[in-house]
Amino acid sequence: MTRLLVGPFNRVEGDLEVQLDVQGDRVASAQVNATMYRGFEQILQGKAPHDALVYVPRICGICSVSQSVASARALAHLGGIAMPANGQHASNVILATENLADHLTHFYLFFMPDFARPVYAGHGWHAEAVRRFAPNRGEQVRAATAARQRWFTLLGTLGGKWPHTQSIEPGGSTRPIDAAERVRLLSRVREFRSFLERQLFAAPLEAINSIDSEDALWTWHAQAPLSGDLRFFLTLVRELQLHTLGPGPGRYLSYGAYAQPDGGWALPGGVWRADMARLDAVDASAITEDATHAWLADGSGPLHPLQGQTRPDPDKARGYTWNKAPRLGGEVIETGAIARQLAAGHPLVRDAVVRCGGNVYTRVLARVLELARVVPMMEDWLGALRPTEPFCVPSELPDEGSGVGLSEAARGSLGHWVVLRNGRIANYQIVAPTSWNFSPRDAAGIPGALEQALVNAPVREGEKTPVAVQHIVRSFDPCMVCTVH
Amino acid sequence: MALNDTAPGRPKPDQPPRGAATRAAVERGGLNVLWLQCGGCSMSLLCADTTDFQGHLRDAGIHLLWHPSLSMESGDELLDLLDAVLDGRTRLDALCVEGSLLRGPNGTGRFHMLAGTQLPMIDWVRRLSARAKHVVAVGSCAAWGGITAGGDNPTDACGLQYEDDEAGGLLGAAFRSASGLPVINVAGCPTHPSWVIDTLMALAADSFGADDLDPLNRPRFYADQLVHHGCTRNEYYEFKASAEKPSDLGCMMEHMGCKGTQVHADCNTRLWNGEGSCTRGGYACIACTEPGFQEPGHPFHETPKLAGIPIGLPTDMPKAWFVALASLSKSATPKRVKHNAVADHLVVKPAVRKTRLK
Repeated sequence: MTRLLVGPFNRVEGDLEVQLDVQGDRVASAQVNATMYRGFEQILQGKAPHDALVYVPRICGICSVSQSVASARALAHLGGIAMPANGQHASNVILATENLADHLTHFYLFFMPDFARPVYAGHGWHAEAVRRFAPNRGEQVRAATAARQRWFTLLGTLGGKWPHTQSIEPGGSTRPIDAAERVRLLSRVREFRSFLERQLFAAPLEAINSIDSEDALWTWHAQAPLSGDLRFFLTLVRELQLHTLGPGPGRYLSYGAYAQPDGGWALPGGVWRADMARLDAVDASAITEDATHAWLADGSGPLHPLQGQTRPDPDKARGYTWNKAPRLGGEVIETGAIARQLAAGHPLVRDAVVRCGGNVYTRVLARVLELARVVPMMEDWLGALRPTEPFCVPSELPDEGSGVGLSEAARGSLGHWVVLRNGRIANYQIVAPTSWNFSPRDAAGIPGALEQALVNAPVREGEKTPVAVQHIVRSFDPCMVCTVH
Repeated sequence: MALNDTAPGRPKPDQPPRGAATRAAVERGGLNVLWLQCGGCSMSLLCADTTDFQGHLRDAGIHLLWHPSLSMESGDELLDLLDAVLDGRTRLDALCVEGSLLRGPNGTGRFHMLAGTQLPMIDWVRRLSARAKHVVAVGSCAAWGGITAGGDNPTDACGLQYEDDEAGGLLGAAFRSASGLPVINVAGCPTHPSWVIDTLMALAADSFGADDLDPLNRPRFYADQLVHHGCTRNEYYEFKASAEKPSDLGCMMEHMGCKGTQVHADCNTRLWNGEGSCTRGGYACIACTEPGFQEPGHPFHETPKLAGIPIGLPTDMPKAWFVALASLSKSATPKRVKHNAVADHLVVKPAVRKTRLK
């Protein structure tokens, strides 16, 4: 048995270290360490509740709007505030802009460049991977960066700037959109659609959305295995057996994404249990955080976030990370685009997970498919704006009470829990998507989702930063800065 | 999508770019940039207004030795690079640090360890700064401590050379990089992509000196402006026609906490993500380029007042003049401006006159 301390990981957001015990040419066990503590839950203590909307987006530069949305939802819950329809649609377009940009960034800048590594130089596809995805040089990396830049001009108009957009309020969006602006925004969405249809899919989005099974997917792939970047990825799935890497826990959480004015969701949530192919309702009261192996005080055992505590204990003997271990009904959960699409009933994602489970292949596939699925929704939401009707109502908050804001970030389920006393924040607890996925062991010693996914990962002769481990880690699209808020 | 590299007549990736200043930069081997810590300012940087971000940097002679989001190297590959910089085998022209420097708990720096090294990040930053020709604080966290230093600053966060508005920080007030300059504070939360790129391009062209820094060591090209300049709400400001609730069109200084008339930055003339800025997005300027902005001493969205007068008056404006002007302009506010200020779309349109405008 040899031990590898792997880090720093780049092309993940924030700071990550993984400790691997290697037996022969396989990982025998893994510990995931979030190496940074940030203290936002402490900073928010005693603040005026509305100030949370300034602090929380700054938890993270890549999930910034997601944090704003969760916080605004928590405050709206607390104050019984309902957004007007325009505010809901505008907020959804803003959130979707960030989420889809994150998927694009993940695929082109974070995940695919690893296939341009010299370790793959012997493969027939390697030169093409270098041409498309080599960092800073790859043609598709550069084209995607340009498409991303144009895409975010949506938020210059809709929210003033990105990241740290502050236009999202409990009562709606502070930036009313007039009819001419709406036309301009729609043209920007079409520009992005065109990038996706030419470069990523080499097919119309509607054609991608109509692929309803793995058989249909691979038939479509076989028509032109190198045409478009999704097909190229699928080629690599076959060549490198990416469906065998990084199996998840088989339980998937989505809170539901993009709340609609009628009270429903554009992508309904739930807990998908792969072994039974069953969707259960989310019981948010069954969420706990267990700090047994975090460098945080854990005297009271696992706590629901409304009672949650965050007090650093840097010398704690059992600690190995700054992240707590979230559990749903005591169980380890995976979250992200794959969970969201499973819960919302995407037929291809469900079929792929039935056949080969949650893994490097299906996580990346679900993310890419979500790009195709949500862009047309954004076109609908922009179309539903009524320019002369209100976008925002004032937010009156009580001095006492508690609120919960559940939302979906690009990386999965994000929850904010806030307690007010005497008009000030008495407790603010955040459970971020990567808190779930990169959870440490809990009091029972059960490893978190990534810790489980890394077991059996292949390690090549002489590797200090095993490439398979990198694929598995990045397949979750981790955001460590949110994790260690 | 047209990429500069592949267009006819453009230099190939490995050939030197054109232009006198960049040619000189490339002859010196380019500006070797090492970037530590990644967050909102890197994500903002990627929104730079260019059709080819990576080509734009390269054409300016900016060579990223390593960046947390953009480079291939991970784990041991990065640690080899850091060793090469520390022992002088690899030249470091600009060390860009993003994010606060976490000194806690109790001065150990354990709140932020560089993964894979079992050493605190502050230790790496101190040693690498000693090797760098220039040190650049990217964003208000790296400049002053920023939002992470909020509340009672649980992580003992500070900036590279400031702790809020006190000189010092991690490296100390006397620190000068090999170029003789103090840490260059490209402050903002996030910082504007072109504030960063303009700074790096000037460093690459060797055209950035001490005179280009303001008293807080921010680049003057953006810090000698005020957010107020170019604000689209100026007519409302002139007549003190004020917004009263989120999404109102009026001036946000009187009630909504806007500090744009006091804050150093060119956000309303160098726009964000196309046509944006905070005030254009319908929310207050919270002074994110200024030290200590994270603890204003009042709720961010409310203007603190004394006897009904905002405490924070426009920069360079004597209080008596402001009071006199405000009361005069309030009494002279046109009906159109008054009504539109508290609506979320124009309820009274500007009159169309039939005479030729003089």
